[in-house]
Amino acid sequence: MPPLLAFFLRRIVTALPVLAVVLVGSFLLLEAAPGDAVDAYVARSGAMDADQLAQLRQEWQLDEGPLHRFRAYASALVQGDLGWSSAFERRVASVILERLPITLLLMGVATALAFFLGSLLGVIAGANPGSFRDRFLSTTSLALYAVPGFWLGLVLIVIFAVDLRWLPIGGIESIASGKTGFSRMGDIGRHLILPVASLAMVYLALYLRLMRDRMNEVWRDPFVQALKARGLSRNRIVWRHVARNAVLPVVTMLGLQAAAMLGGSVVVESVFAIPGFGRLAAEAVARRDTPLLLGVILCSAITVITVNLLVDLAYGKLDPRVRVGR
Amino acid sequence: MSRILLNRRSFLATTASAGAMVILPNRAGALAAAPVKGGRLVVAGDSEPANLNPAIVASNGVFFVASKVIEPLAEQSYEGSDGLAPRLAISWEGSADGHTATFKLRDGVTWHDGKPFTSADVAFSALEVWRKLQNLGRVVFKNLESVETPDDHTAVFKFSQPTPFQLIRNALPVVTSVLPKHLYEGTDIAKNPANQKLVGTGPFKFGEYKPGEYYLLKRNDAYWQKDAPLLDEIVYQILPDRAAAGNALEAGEIQLAAFSAVPLADLERISKVPGLKVYPNGYEALTYQLIVEINHRRKELADVRVRRALAHSIDHAFVVKTIFLGYAKSATGPIPAYDKTFYEPDTATYAFDPAKAEALLDEAGYKRGADGNRFTLKLRPAPFFNETKQFGDYLRQALAKIGIDARVVSNDTPAHLKAVYTDHDFDITVATPVYRSDPAISTTILFESGLPAGVPFSNQYGYANAEVDRLIKDAASEIDAAKRADLYKELQRKVADDLPLINVAEFSFISVAHDSVQNVSNNPRWAVSNWADVWLRE
Repeated sequence: MPPLLAFFLRRIVTALPVLAVVLVGSFLLLEAAPGDAVDAYVARSGAMDADQLAQLRQEWQLDEGPLHRFRAYASALVQGDLGWSSAFERRVASVILERLPITLLLMGVATALAFFLGSLLGVIAGANPGSFRDRFLSTTSLALYAVPGFWLGLVLIVIFAVDLRWLPIGGIESIASGKTGFSRMGDIGRHLILPVASLAMVYLALYLRLMRDRMNEVWRDPFVQALKARGLSRNRIVWRHVARNAVLPVVTMLGLQAAAMLGGSVVVESVFAIPGFGRLAAEAVARRDTPLLLGVILCSAITVITVNLLVDLAYGKLDPRVRVGR
Repeated sequence: MSRILLNRRSFLATTASAGAMVILPNRAGALAAAPVKGGRLVVAGDSEPANLNPAIVASNGVFFVASKVIEPLAEQSYEGSDGLAPRLAISWEGSADGHTATFKLRDGVTWHDGKPFTSADVAFSALEVWRKLQNLGRVVFKNLESVETPDDHTAVFKFSQPTPFQLIRNALPVVTSVLPKHLYEGTDIAKNPANQKLVGTGPFKFGEYKPGEYYLLKRNDAYWQKDAPLLDEIVYQILPDRAAAGNALEAGEIQLAAFSAVPLADLERISKVPGLKVYPNGYEALTYQLIVEINHRRKELADVRVRRALAHSIDHAFVVKTIFLGYAKSATGPIPAYDKTFYEPDTATYAFDPAKAEALLDEAGYKRGADGNRFTLKLRPAPFFNETKQFGDYLRQALAKIGIDARVVSNDTPAHLKAVYTDHDFDITVATPVYRSDPAISTTILFESGLPAGVPFSNQYGYANAEVDRLIKDAASEIDAAKRADLYKELQRKVADDLPLINVAEFSFISVAHDSVQNVSNNPRWAVSNWADVWLRE
């Protein structure tokens, strides 16, 4: 078996128990929350009599015990069926497939921006530790890091959408605009600017700090002295040696932050009215829609595991010592 | 340019007399310019009901969108006789014995798919949907036995027990959304795809629904009313964030935010934005009542003197002014003052008087202990509105002043409903029942005894009073409208005296719209009416 494939398989097998624990834990948590999906439904639909309530509970299988319901859910899941959402009265898989791409797009663009811009600025700051450039960037990043994402989002909306009216206030694309192809992509891009900015800013600051601090340490390593002694140009030392060594913890952080980014999207998606995954998760909890919540958590977990897999592979590329399969 | 439509004081002045309610602030402007056809109205939306069928789920969230597509037999009106304007029915009449109700239906109406609308659709909707599946229809049409259709434009409802026509008439706007029989017959009605892709007779056709993004409605060119509708499209943009509607209005991305999508606290600021108008009317038929629910299983609270003491501890004026910022009115009982048919003004009232409250508590034998406390109560404010939570905090302080230690327990909505209406795990709550144009629809269940546990927004308070039960039962089958109203007036006097729960204030929603939007708030259920006459001024 090629080492890469074996690596993939091993990772997936080790991830299975984690997924199981996450699922059982989420199920129990939602089970422990008082009130069920019918209580949540009634709050929206208004008055209902006892017969209707009983009928609805039976239809949504809430009259069965939790053990029975979890067993039913798990056995359906093994056959690839994510179940049925009572909040949306649709299959969970179809609800999720509708929302997941939007969040992945938002997250992907925000992560890429935060990572590349953050580490680039980190290199600029770390190329000359203690310089004015370094101090300026470090201080700014600290300030940015201290700002909560949702607040930043609201401020950006007030400035760029309400006052200046340069950018749309929310949503993922213009409503029923009939746009297709490139003009639609441009439209989505315009809608993404503010949410991506508010989501990326915090992480950008984090990557910047991390890169800069690690570079500061690497500068003191003896091998840098050796490189200097061999007469390498400063640029080559900064980019090929110091930055490359310093980027490893940043990449690690990238994997860890994938989960945090998903969490952050709950708030940003609500503020910007983006029909994404995070908002779906919040709605699933508010409506006590257990299958939907479990589906969301499962997909989030798979996303995070996949991102970390990619991170590990990237690690090997950057540092031959930890290359996969050796 | 009058940006601020009404300030707080003039709002109170207008709503103080019901006659003033019919004077519509925008009417003068609407008359000045001739209505223009065309345009897209973008509205802030929040809830996305999984089942959008108003014949099954008669709730505001559903009606907000669906009322433009699916029509009732009649709609509420400020001017019409009995407070109604005809829609799919052109006239209605109840028999003297209360066993039949006859509806003459409109001629020349077609469904959005081109099929003709007939009495068969009404009969099918009544028997198979309203009576069996609809949350409120199950109450109103409980005794509906059959619907005869002597011709295509007459439907005769037959009741097995005498059913007050007054109740049927009052309920028409809410419970009689007519569905197309040809799409529903022989299917599982609750799961029919047309519950999401609505087909009706209304001024707008269902266009598109993108979950989490928007609903799109399009003009029905074949609408029965001449020269209507005026708008080409209505879009409901889903805005989940509390601040979003205000921002979107200011940015000009939406033209209307109904159902208080702009929070009360933001109205002051929003009303100063050029081109925006605040409409505090148009929701009279959806009046909410801020009440304190009381668990009569608690020994202390089973004593009427203690309940009266609670009532004396609440300063209605403060609640209206500080919590509702003036957009509410003090309440005297379970029927709001605007309903002239049923409202009884002459009842026992409980003025704000902490000293009297303390005297009553002393008299009941609950003297202040060494720590100054008489007893402790578990207070669960409903999380439905900002104002319910704020009133919960106020109530805690007000009760502390008379020596009652109220501990606030907060939950999200499903948890709150379960704790109060199923588990009865509360001493007092803050709740907001809706008054729906007739006490029999959703008001009497707040007082009636013997309801099974788990029924939300009902008497789960352990309150039982034979006299109250008798009044409710008698009124339910009283055919004579005047006598029926008298029974409800008697009920109001009774519950004001016995105080099973405390009515504090009446409130409803606020709309904010751009001044280009015409004919806003021109009926008492405006946000959930069909908007056939709404138009956009250039």
